[in-house]
Amino acid sequence: MTEQNMNRKPILEVTNLCKIFNAKTASEVRAIDNISFTIYEGETFGLVGESGSGKSTTGRTIIKLEEPTSGQVMYKGKDITKIKGREELLNFRKSMQMIFQDPFASLNPRIPVKKILGDAIRLHGMAKTDAEVTELIFKLMDTVGINRSYVNRYPGEFSGGQCQRIGIARALCVQPDFIIADECLSALDVSIQAQIVNLMIQLRKQRNMTYLFIAHDLAMVKYISDRIGVMKDGKLLELAEAEELYNCPLHPYTFSLLSASPVTDLILERKRKRVDYDVNTHKYPADVKAELFEVGPGHFVYCSEAERAGYEAKYKEKHAAK
Amino acid sequence: MDTILSIKDLTISFQTLDGKVAAVRGVNLDLKRGETLAIVGESGSGKSVSVKAINRILPKRNTIYEKGEIIYENRNLLALSETEMEDVRGKKIAMIFQDPMTSLNPTMKVGNQIAESVLVKEKIPKAEAWKKAVELLGLVGIRNPEASANCYPHQFSGGMRQRVMIALSLACKPDILIADEPTTALDVTIQAQILDLIEELKVKLGTSVIFITHDLGVVAHVADRVAVMYAGRIVEVGTAEEIFYNPQHPYTWGLICSMPSMNTDTNQLYSIPGAPPNSLKVIKGDAFAPRNRYALAIDFEEEPPYFKVSETHYAATWLLHPSAPKVELPAEIKRRHKIFADMVAKKEWGND
Ligand SMILES: Nc1ncnc2c1ncn2[C@@H]1O[C@H](COP(=O)(O)OP(=O)(O)OP(=O)(O)O)[C@@H](O)[C@H]1O
Ligand SMILES: Nc1ncnc2c1ncn2[C@@H]1O[C@H](COP(=O)(O)OP(=O)(O)OP(=O)(O)O)[C@@H](O)[C@H]1O
Ligand SMILES: [Mg+2]
Ligand SMILES: [Mg+2]
Repeated sequence: MTEQNMNRKPILEVTNLCKIFNAKTASEVRAIDNISFTIYEGETFGLVGESGSGKSTTGRTIIKLEEPTSGQVMYKGKDITKIKGREELLNFRKSMQMIFQDPFASLNPRIPVKKILGDAIRLHGMAKTDAEVTELIFKLMDTVGINRSYVNRYPGEFSGGQCQRIGIARALCVQPDFIIADECLSALDVSIQAQIVNLMIQLRKQRNMTYLFIAHDLAMVKYISDRIGVMKDGKLLELAEAEELYNCPLHPYTFSLLSASPVTDLILERKRKRVDYDVNTHKYPADVKAELFEVGPGHFVYCSEAERAGYEAKYKEKHAAK
Repeated sequence: MDTILSIKDLTISFQTLDGKVAAVRGVNLDLKRGETLAIVGESGSGKSVSVKAINRILPKRNTIYEKGEIIYENRNLLALSETEMEDVRGKKIAMIFQDPMTSLNPTMKVGNQIAESVLVKEKIPKAEAWKKAVELLGLVGIRNPEASANCYPHQFSGGMRQRVMIALSLACKPDILIADEPTTALDVTIQAQILDLIEELKVKLGTSVIFITHDLGVVAHVADRVAVMYAGRIVEVGTAEEIFYNPQHPYTWGLICSMPSMNTDTNQLYSIPGAPPNSLKVIKGDAFAPRNRYALAIDFEEEPPYFKVSETHYAATWLLHPSAPKVELPAEIKRRHKIFADMVAKKEWGND
C-alpha cells in the first residue's frame, strides 16, 4: 500500500483516547490508556495483543458502544461523541459496523437467521419488498458460505463457525464503509477463513472499504493488514507497516508475542522457542514521560525520551543488515 | 499403546423444523492412552457434535443417536443410564468448550466450583481443596488467584473465563480431556501457556487428550495424531507427520493450501471452492465430490471406503484405489510429499 501512502486520507482519528472502567474504585481498570492512531481510507489496520489488553474496548468505543473517559475519536472528520439523534445515529451505524468476538453471545438465540438478517436489512432500508429482502438474505448467506436451506434455523442450531458467519453477514448487509472485525476468524476453518478474507479484500478493492481488524492469529493479521498496532495493558506499544513489524520488531513485547505464535510447519513448530517478556519494560516511574515515538519512517515504539535513541539505533542496525 | 476410548460407526442426526439434519455420519475413531488426538476440519462438519456425544451432552430435545457406540472402560457410554453417566461426565472425561459459560455455574464462586471438582477424586479437607483451587487458578494464568477464587463467572473477561473453565476441568484429574477449541478466544501468549499446561498434565497424569482446533499451528504443536473431518465423516487420519507431510485426501490438501503462511500470492488466498453440502439432504457418493477437482466418476456414485496408507494412516478417497488414475498434485502438496519421502528415507520418524 506504499504508493497509497502519498495521498491517503484519514477516515478515523483516535487521539489520546482513555477508557477507565469502575473509575476510582478498588476494581478500576484502565482498559485503554491514552492511545492515538489514525486509520486511512481503504486501509486495513490490524490490532493485536494479549487477552485483556483493550482491543475490543477500543473497537467498542470507536463504534459508540462505550463512552470514552477522555480523548477524542473523529470519524470522517466528525467527533463521534457529537453524533446525536436517531437519524444521525442510524447513518453512523450504517456507515460503521462491528463483527463481534463471541458469535454465540452476539446473536439473539430466540430469533431465526431469517429475522436476524431481515431486521437489519429493513432497519437500514437495504431492500423493501419481502421478496427483495429474502433475495438479499440468500445472497448474504451465499457470500458467507451458509447453505440457503438453513434460513429458518435458530443460532443454537448452528456450529460455532456458522454462528460467526451469520454475524459477518449481518455486518455486511448494510454495505458499511468501515468494519471493525473483532476476532472474527478464529472460530472458522482455514478454508472459510481464506474465503472471508478474500471477500474482505475484494470489498476493499471494489468499494474502498476500511477495516479495523482485531485478531490474535498473527499470520492472518500480517496477511490482511497494511499496518499493525500492538496493544498491551491498554497502551499501544508498537505501530508499523505489517511486513516491517514482522521482519523488524523493535519493542520486546512484540518480539515475545511473535515468538509465542505457533507456526503451521510441523518441523519448525517443534523447534520453536518462546521468548518471555518482562512486564516492567513498559512501566515507567511517574516523573518519566513515555509515548509513541517514530524511531524509523512509519515505525513507532512506545518508550521514554531516554530510550528513544536506543530504538532508533536498533532500527538502523536491523535495516542496515538487509 | 492401548486404546482408552473407541468410537464406532457413530451416527447422529437432529430433528429440526425443516427436517432431519445428518450431523455425524459414521465416525470411527480410537483414542490411545496418553496421546493427543487433534480433530480438524470444515466448520459444521460435526466435530463438536461427535465429542459432545462422548459425554452425552447434546440437547435431549432433538438429538437422535441413530447408530454406533462409544466404548470406554468396556462399556458403551451411549447405553449407560443417566446416573451411571454422571460418574463419567466431568469426572473421568472432562470437557473444555468453545463457549465457557456453558460449563460454569453463574451462581457459584469459581473457587467453590473448582474445589468441588477437586473433592471428586481426592478425599481432603474443604480448606485444602480451596487452596488447590487457588493454585489451579494461578496455574492457568489468572492474576491474583486468591481474590479471583471469590469471584463469580460474570466478573471475568472472555479470555479469563476460558481459563477458569480449564482450571475447573483439570481439577478432577480426568482420564480423558476433551478440548473443543479451548484457545480460540485466547491470545497467543495465554494459548501457549494453556498448551504447555495440557502437555504437562499429559506427562504427569497420563491424561489422554482430544483437541479440536482450526489452527494448524496449534495442531503442529500438540498433536500426536490428527483426524480430518468433512461433512460428518472422518476423511483422513494419521500421525501428525503423515497428515502434515503425506496428506492423501483432496480435502486435507485444500486445508493445507488455505493457510496464509502457504500463500505467496498476495492478492488471493487459496480457498476450497463451493459450499459444504446441505445436511438436510441424503448424500450420494462422496460428500466432497462436488467441490473436489480431483473427483472421479465413482465419487459421485459410491462413498469411498478407507484405504490404508500405513499402519497408522487411513484416507477415504477413491484416488487411493489401485486402479485410480495418477493425478497432478498441487505444488505445495508435492513439496510436502517430497519432505515426507526424505524423512522416511532418513528414518527420522519410524512408525513404531
Ligand atoms: N464492562 C466492563 N466492565 C469492567 N471491566 C471491563 C469491561 N469491559 C472490559 N473490561 C476490562 O477491560 C480490559 C480490556 O478488555 P477488552 O475486552 O478490551 O480486552 P481484549 O484485548 O479485547 O481481550 P481479549 O483478547 O480477551 O478479547 C480487561 O481487563 C477487561 O476485564
Ligand atoms: N442442536 C442442533 N440442532 C440442529 N442442528 C445442529 C444442532 N447442533 C449442531 N447442528 C448441526 O450439526 C452440524 C455439525 O455441527 P458441529 O457443531 O458439530 O460442527 P463443528 O464441526 O464443531 O463446527 P465448528 O468448527 O464451526 O465449531 C452443523 O451443520 C450444525 O448446524
Ligand atoms: Mg476482545
Ligand atoms: Mg464446533
